[in-house]
Amino acid sequence: MSRFFHLLFLAGKSAWNRRATLALVVFSIAVSTTLLLGIERLRTQIRENFVQAVSGTDLVIGARGGNIQLILYAVFHLGGATNNMGWNSAQEIAKRAEVAWAIPISLGDSHNGYPVVATTEDFFEYYRFQGGRPIELAQGKAFEAIFDVVAGAEAARNLGYAPGQKLVLSHGGSSAHLAKHTDKPFTITGVLAPTGTPVDRSFYISLAAMEAIHLNWQGGAPIPGLKIRPEQVTKFNLQPKSITALLVGLKRRSQVFALQREINEWKAEPLTGVMPGVAMDQIWQMLNVGERALLFVSALVTVSGLAGLASAILAGLGERRRELAILRSAGARPMDILILLACEGVLLISAGMLCGLALLVALLVFLAPVLADSYGVFLRLSPPKAGEWLLLGSICLAGFLTSLIPALRAYRMSLSNGLTVSV
Amino acid sequence: MRQQLPSGTDSAAENEDRPAPALFLDNVVFRWPERRQSTLDIPAFVARAGEHIFIAGPSGSGKSTLLGLIAGILSPQSGLVSVNGVCLGKLSGAERDVFRGDHIGFIFQQFNLIPYLSILENVMIPCRFSPLRRRQASRQAGSPVQAARILLERLDMSSTLWSQRVNQLSVGQQQRVAAARALIGSPPILIADEPPSSLDADRRKAFLRLLHRECRETGATLLFVSHDQSLAEDFTSTVYLPEINRADKEPEQ
Ligand SMILES: Nc1ncnc2c1ncn2[C@@H]1O[C@H](COP(=O)(O)OP(=O)(O)O)[C@@H](O)[C@H]1O
Ligand SMILES: [Mg+2]
Repeated sequence: MSRFFHLLFLAGKSAWNRRATLALVVFSIAVSTTLLLGIERLRTQIRENFVQAVSGTDLVIGARGGNIQLILYAVFHLGGATNNMGWNSAQEIAKRAEVAWAIPISLGDSHNGYPVVATTEDFFEYYRFQGGRPIELAQGKAFEAIFDVVAGAEAARNLGYAPGQKLVLSHGGSSAHLAKHTDKPFTITGVLAPTGTPVDRSFYISLAAMEAIHLNWQGGAPIPGLKIRPEQVTKFNLQPKSITALLVGLKRRSQVFALQREINEWKAEPLTGVMPGVAMDQIWQMLNVGERALLFVSALVTVSGLAGLASAILAGLGERRRELAILRSAGARPMDILILLACEGVLLISAGMLCGLALLVALLVFLAPVLADSYGVFLRLSPPKAGEWLLLGSICLAGFLTSLIPALRAYRMSLSNGLTVSV
Repeated sequence: MRQQLPSGTDSAAENEDRPAPALFLDNVVFRWPERRQSTLDIPAFVARAGEHIFIAGPSGSGKSTLLGLIAGILSPQSGLVSVNGVCLGKLSGAERDVFRGDHIGFIFQQFNLIPYLSILENVMIPCRFSPLRRRQASRQAGSPVQAARILLERLDMSSTLWSQRVNQLSVGQQQRVAAARALIGSPPILIADEPPSSLDADRRKAFLRLLHRECRETGATLLFVSHDQSLAEDFTSTVYLPEINRADKEPEQ
């Protein structure tokens, strides 16, 4: 055993001695590791995020259009706005016998880039994520008064909001200098507990509030000269005429196909009912092509990194024949020489993988907010999962097998050459 | 072809009173794999324990090849090589490697040191591969490091030099570090393959004097190889390799 550790020590010293040449090899293995693990992490996190956000919903109903677009917009607040569906249809559906709960959702406004979701109290009561967990308030209470707003965990944390805070909503999507609803400030009444879903990055108001702030608006702009003070709004009918989507939970899941068929043949207006699981599958299929391409590219990078490793060690063998002959003369077996070179390869691989992991952690820390902001993808720092261990293990194994190429060459060399190494 | 160490009556082992020969070659034929002609064909060669033998011969006459056979790195196609009473042909490859580590100190002609190891680490290499030499070094000096230090001091390598990188040492200093490595743990046989030609004659002589002194100290058998016959004077005997080697004279069959 001490013999092995000495060989390991020799391999380490030898590699360190040639660190200038080998740094590039280590770097390319680091990049491969980062790429492979990063893609795997992104892939699994995206799926997890999506599944967590919709796992409690049986059907997402909206105006007819792209199914995937509807899910992405209604649940993840991603992509372009879809057509609205009528409030009457929504109410009719909500009243049906097989429907356990229905959460209307109206989108369009934002605050500091975070989407504002108009909904009803049912959202707090019935919305389920992560396989059945309900929404919880970390501070304060749900909205009651007309200009109350509830903040998602991350939005509140990032903006430093707590109950009592006043804020103004912007009309429209995420980008800055939009028209603002300055005339009707909102007050935060509650902050939600973290969910790991788009809920964390949203603000919640009542459907009535959504109507109220748009009373004096038309076609995306305030009507010139028309001013309605906040205390006056209750005099108006604040019942919405249309909403973006309706999230529906059924009493029995088996009824989902029947309801979906009815929705798709809705007489009053063209509607579509999307089963989140089916839409997810379609999204995965779309992502799959990209994932495969990415994985293929990173596999190529890995292979070229490993080839670089083998060729760097092979190239060093020529000038190290003397060194190996010295070890042989002092009693080293050809097997020792093989172990020595294999150790060197494995050390380089390990160094590369460690650098790659460090790079990945740095990237995750740096990129996580960006990804969350622009794509609603939540990346978490966590110890490697099964798939990632598998990747790490494969890199390690591939690296070990690659190291055997120069190791076997050295083994044969030391068997056949004797000590007569001409310099 | 004989496979066994011959008894005292055998013609090759001349004198029964003396201890078992440190080195004994009997009808050894060696041919490099890709060569058609044998490099060595040595009917008999004997060295007694404690002898200092100078092996002379022109370049390419097979001196290094002979040392490879004695060190058990090369195996003859036929014949018998016995070192310190052990017939190498009966050992497996791994056993020969152990045997070499235990019994033979090796000094190369040049570039003797591993560049990424310190001087002391270079000297201690044999102790890493041979537990026997590690034990002997520890018995003599307390520990392998201590043994290395003492040897370096004895070989005029003052401790101020030890922290230097090996490639900053002069050729002569490198050669002395190599000698210390060969001597550590007192192997019974010391083999030196041509001291570097880049050493001037005086330094080569001085190096040889050190080698003679150290080998006498431990009673080791010294095999010294060179094409430079002027170095032969302090040796107990000189062997001219082409004289004991029939390979060159035999026409290829
Ligand atoms: N590794 C080797 N493979 C093939 N032939 C070799 C090898 N080493 C030496 N030889 C050949 O063996 C012969 C003797 O070489 P060597 O023992 O190195 O001579 P010397 O040490 O006396 O100069 C030479 O003809 C040389 O070409
Ligand atoms: Mg030679």
